[in-house]
Amino acid sequence: MTQYPDAVVIGAGIVGAACAEALARAGLKVLILDASFAGGGTTAAGMGHLVVMDDSPPQLALTAYSARLWTTLAPELPRNVEHDACGTLWVAEDDEQLEAVRAKQRVYADHGIAAETLSPAQLADAEPHLRPGLAGALHVPGDGVVYPPTAALALLQRAIANGAELREGVRVDAVGAREVIVGNERIACDCVINAAGAHAPELTPGIPIVPRKGHLVITDRYPGFCRHQLVELGYLASAHTMTTESVAFNVQPRATGQLLIGSSRELVGWDMNINRAIVRKMLDRALDFMPSLALTSAIRTWTGFRPATPDKLPLIGAWEDTPGLWIAAGHEGLGITTSLGTGQLLADLVVGHEPALDPVPYAPSRVLAGIGTH
Amino acid sequence: MTGEYFTTGEYAGTDAEVVVADVAVIGAGPAGIAAAASAAERGLRVALLDRGLESGGQIWRHINGVAIPRVAQQWLARLDKSGAQILRRTSVVDVSVDVAGFEILAESSGRALHIRVTNIILATGAREMFIPFDGWTLPGVMGIGGAQALLKSGGSFAGKRVVIAGSGPLMLPVAAALAESGARLVLVAEQAKRSAVARFAAGLWRTPSTLMQAARYRARFMSSSYSTGTWVTAAHGSDRLESVTVTNGRRTWRETADVLCTGYGLIPNVELARLIGCETRDGAVVVDDDQRTTIANVQAVGEVTGIGGAPLSLIEGEIAGLTVGSRLSVPLPLLRRRATFEAAARRMFDVFAPRAELRALPTPTTIVCRCEDVTYGVVQDAVCARQAKLHTRAGMGPCQGRTCMPGLEFLLAWHSDTVRPPIEPALVSILSSEVAKNAPSSFLSNSCVGDVYQ
Repeated sequence: MTQYPDAVVIGAGIVGAACAEALARAGLKVLILDASFAGGGTTAAGMGHLVVMDDSPPQLALTAYSARLWTTLAPELPRNVEHDACGTLWVAEDDEQLEAVRAKQRVYADHGIAAETLSPAQLADAEPHLRPGLAGALHVPGDGVVYPPTAALALLQRAIANGAELREGVRVDAVGAREVIVGNERIACDCVINAAGAHAPELTPGIPIVPRKGHLVITDRYPGFCRHQLVELGYLASAHTMTTESVAFNVQPRATGQLLIGSSRELVGWDMNINRAIVRKMLDRALDFMPSLALTSAIRTWTGFRPATPDKLPLIGAWEDTPGLWIAAGHEGLGITTSLGTGQLLADLVVGHEPALDPVPYAPSRVLAGIGTH
Repeated sequence: MTGEYFTTGEYAGTDAEVVVADVAVIGAGPAGIAAAASAAERGLRVALLDRGLESGGQIWRHINGVAIPRVAQQWLARLDKSGAQILRRTSVVDVSVDVAGFEILAESSGRALHIRVTNIILATGAREMFIPFDGWTLPGVMGIGGAQALLKSGGSFAGKRVVIAGSGPLMLPVAAALAESGARLVLVAEQAKRSAVARFAAGLWRTPSTLMQAARYRARFMSSSYSTGTWVTAAHGSDRLESVTVTNGRRTWRETADVLCTGYGLIPNVELARLIGCETRDGAVVVDDDQRTTIANVQAVGEVTGIGGAPLSLIEGEIAGLTVGSRLSVPLPLLRRRATFEAAARRMFDVFAPRAELRALPTPTTIVCRCEDVTYGVVQDAVCARQAKLHTRAGMGPCQGRTCMPGLEFLLAWHSDTVRPPIEPALVSILSSEVAKNAPSSFLSNSCVGDVYQ
């Protein structure tokens, strides 16, 4: 590139790809750098569940905004992104959880998000492989599923169509004021976006992001075995608490007919080995909800690292310590969903447009102020 | 609804069976049989695991009463008397290491089996390497080893026009067996150069039994055409194979054929070794003089340590059986015989290495991954196996890339992806099975020799 870029995005995961797409669409000359290959990090390990979550009001705002952007984009995505508007079923085990389902439905209704409560009979009809005796579920029809690595590629291709350039296998050594250093090369630019996910603190010390490990198991093809993304209501608690170890029932039907079985959370650093004990625990939890999963054939397991922040919200906005540096990282387990909202919000902030949602809760300055490190 | 998917019977529950032994030998081909018999003869409690119904592996496959070589009969009789316990129809799903040793998770007829051992001998053998070309997925195209297996299990090629194209010494016995079964051998095409094959043949005097075998095989299909420096570039047919395109680099022609047997030699099954963490080099497990891998208390024998044939596998198995769990020294004659066969194996490796021209075999529309229907044009730009898997789904199907990835790694110089459990598809019930704290364990005994474990 002879002409220096307006923006350098570090990280071609789905968040970096979405930032690049939005910035390029806004007319900026964008250069994307990735240490490995596009969509190969946390993005590749994720489930690809597009889900509205209400753990906190800012989380609900960002996921709902992103969900709308995904719905708009979906018809334009190539087939290999495997977008499937399968919806989510939040499964309640008992009356107490069913009460929580009803509360959740009210919150969604307040935000204009369609959701309906299913009776036990309706739930059994919707998902015959769930065990009998469940209390009901919240059906969120607007949720969906994508295959994350190709979703990231699709966003990058859109960015490239708007003049962006992608360089893979390029490891950034340092980030300075309006510059990026790669080996002996200094790339000058107006702004740098650190979208390196769980690796973001390596380039911007002080970002409170830690890798939160997860395991997934995928089966052979069983088309029609389940039709919705199935998540136990207790998932929210599993995702919310920063305990060292938790599992939750989370099963997803893939476009291929395969079943993706999750989920687990551990704080063990960057150890990428399969933890057999937690896989067993995770599968036991899944079998508790769907006993006939026992007779499906598992073909592969893997691990990945969610970029986790102390207050469960991503960092999106300017990093005030370094002129021209912006952060778009720390999306924990919601990066696929919130990538589009993040990209649009970040691009609006960079070019000075009025953003569609209040950027304050996501501002990285909250970290510098010591907020949210409870 | 359940019935649509599950034909393997009812869910057996999570109660796992536990077996405790001194040594687990994984794979019951010649190497595994020799290792298990030799270790059990020393009084060790040995569990020999194999996914097949009968011991013998691919090479000594003997279903339907098909005759097996005398040496195989001798070793099977020795195994029978040794006191080793054979766990048939048992496939290994995972191996984990803890302070007490190893825990092997296996699937045995739909049930979980946990095998606790202090030593492992890997005898996981080898499989054929395929290089994809246009038409290789047509019915009528099969592996050379696959054709051999089909013959051994009673399949017939009578009256069929057969082309055998590929590389390696396996082509000769298969050609002979096909000719004997009434197949019309149109062409046996060896990709290696005539001069190299001649040099290899000339070196066979060093391992006389092999030479005799080669001569016998050649005699049985004298009437058909054996060409060196020749390979198949495409297979044609609408519903099934009708003809193949053949080239020798200078001239290209068509041959009418009903069956094409193809394969570019054998590659070691190193996945389990890699899962355990054993070092591999050039696609084979690294072992020392006692067949020990780089992981303590794990040995490897036979083809998984490099392709060398049944005689070498037997010697390696015997050495591991003698040295497992001990510091016994190996008898010198055994070491000398291993050195002789190893030298022959190295020559073979050089002679039959696939030529560079084979890298041009696939076209952009050639299907490379049969599980996921991925074409060569789609994977070509990936920089490694992992990228191809994630971006194109190549190697993501039920076979987990066992068929396509070795060929693709040859074609595109990719690094292999990591190996993770399950090592082969396993029921979720197996993968989630845990040994209950008070689960009954069956301690293998060795009925033949008293408890003289050293």
